[in-house]
Amino acid sequence: MNYSPIRQKYLKQLSGKTLFVQGDAACGYGAIYAGCDFFGGYPITPASEVAELLALEMPKVDGYCVQMEDEIASIASVVGAIWAGGKGMTATSGPGFSLMQECIGYAVMTETPCVIIDVQRSGPSTGQATKPAQGDVMQARWGTHGDHEIIALAPNSVQECLSLTIECFNLAEEYRTPVILLTDGEIGHLREKIVMPDPDDIRLTSRRFARKGESIFGGKLIPPMIEYGKGTFTHVTGSTHKENGMRDVETQSVHDKLITRIYAKIDKNREKIIRVEKEFIPDGEYAVVAYGATSRPAKGAVIKARKEKKKIDFLRLITIWPFPRDEIRELGKRVKKIFVPEMNLGQISREIERFVDCEVVPVSKIGGITHSIDEIYKAICE
Amino acid sequence: MSKKHPLLKYLREEILPTVFCTGCGGGTVLNVYAHAIDELGIDPTTIVSVTGIGCSSWIPSPYYKADTLHVLHGRAIAFATGVKIKKPDMKIIVIAGDGDIAAIGGNHLIHAARRNIGLTVFLINNSIYAMTGGQASPSTPQGVPATTTPYGNPEPSFDFTQLAVASGASYAARWTTYHVFSLLKSMKKAITRKGFSFVEIISQCPVSYGKMVGKRTASDFLRLYKESSINIKKAASMKEEELENKIVIGEFVDKEREEFTEALRKINKRVQ
Repeated sequence: MNYSPIRQKYLKQLSGKTLFVQGDAACGYGAIYAGCDFFGGYPITPASEVAELLALEMPKVDGYCVQMEDEIASIASVVGAIWAGGKGMTATSGPGFSLMQECIGYAVMTETPCVIIDVQRSGPSTGQATKPAQGDVMQARWGTHGDHEIIALAPNSVQECLSLTIECFNLAEEYRTPVILLTDGEIGHLREKIVMPDPDDIRLTSRRFARKGESIFGGKLIPPMIEYGKGTFTHVTGSTHKENGMRDVETQSVHDKLITRIYAKIDKNREKIIRVEKEFIPDGEYAVVAYGATSRPAKGAVIKARKEKKKIDFLRLITIWPFPRDEIRELGKRVKKIFVPEMNLGQISREIERFVDCEVVPVSKIGGITHSIDEIYKAICE
Repeated sequence: MSKKHPLLKYLREEILPTVFCTGCGGGTVLNVYAHAIDELGIDPTTIVSVTGIGCSSWIPSPYYKADTLHVLHGRAIAFATGVKIKKPDMKIIVIAGDGDIAAIGGNHLIHAARRNIGLTVFLINNSIYAMTGGQASPSTPQGVPATTTPYGNPEPSFDFTQLAVASGASYAARWTTYHVFSLLKSMKKAITRKGFSFVEIISQCPVSYGKMVGKRTASDFLRLYKESSINIKKAASMKEEELENKIVIGEFVDKEREEFTEALRKINKRVQ
């Protein structure tokens, strides 16, 4: 995909610059690098800075950043903009993410390539509104009703907020599906140095458009899209539909074929989608599996333990969903115990248990403060 | 040899006949709407229909042949907002029911009117949740029984057109399915106005609503609409108690002010 001249110029001016910004702002810049031209959002701590950055920058690249009346309208406007040919994103936190769930299902069902940034905060409900958590892991997976697969990535640095936001857009286009950037208040509000990439080095996945007569809701595992206004009279619906988009809620085989295809397009490509970070020689008796903000102290604890000649492996999940089950299975066969530090009462640790026979030890911490290196070190070494 | 209806070209012929119940006002609205598009000479490829969930949403989705976004219950206007911002030159038409757009989706209605985004909204008001079998809606008159208000609706009903006016709509009017020629004129205006345009269409549901009020045919309702409608000009000089149980019809507002997507584009030009 080529940038518009105005965006190319804007990004060229940023290229090579070192910025000291928050993770949220980096998500906003990532969206601009990804070619996003529509953002619909609603203020919420700790995600508002994504909208604030885009409100400031989006007009400069001839995009639109609109503050909608609530989170439901935010994601709905994004989906509308995408069928009108745009690349769209929204950003929110727990309470807003809950409100968006119905429309995330709509995006799944209509195969709308959108990006949702969830800067997780402590819940349930208003909880500790300003404090980080990782409590939305399962909501990202199962928040909307009905059978579906989902893609979710978890950054652990400000630089990665930028690069993974671009990756989210690419995955959304590749698999024609909503993609969630599952970040957290710690990373979202963290300020770090980042280096802005050269737009010429960014690889973007272009949207595939249907040729005349080509089906946009079937025929292929991942069918091509259309853009409204091109005379195709396309019918897009969240109801069960045939390959031509027309509603058919009665025929069992139509529903079966549609839903299994939507499921399979992610499930069958999980090896291509999944990214993990492995560190150190895989020689451990024990392992630590972590993601997002928690992976930083977790890695610190592993480094400390390995300096003391303790054999501990480290695996960071960059892709949370689809779950890196093969990597976890392989790890489970090698080690005696897997420690899982996370800012919840055990969401990923429970998922890990499904794929391993070894002992899985949750190292949970809630209350809005991230784990310290020593806390994780103690948990794994004592 | 049967001659084709001249407006059939505007419909997705292959899925006719419609699913509307006998006597439903939905067919009348579809007919008037197709006439409006025809008389305005609008290229169907420049229209996007955005609809929610409910009987009225079936008018454009699937029957009206245009790009169609059939969305979640209540959210048509919110989806349409995104479409309009990306496609400001297209006609974005929302056709939806009272429960859909003014109960669950009421917040989007008032904010779209406030923004004055260039959407055309046709609200089909049949006084009931019809598709789900006759539950009370925000426009079910007080005292009328519904399946969820079996002892009579304890709530007063909403005046949707006044709501649109108060929220800032550029154009707002109310007609009934009896007043088809006035409705046609009004629909044409609503489609061509730049800003947020709203037409409430009081429409009969002889099935789900009819069973609650003892009116089982379309003509029962159309007679009532004919007899109890008062033009807004005449209503202006009438007392509140005289207007009780009357349907005030006509144009409530018709003014131009800056349209939202134009305002957005102005900002973009200014900062670039």
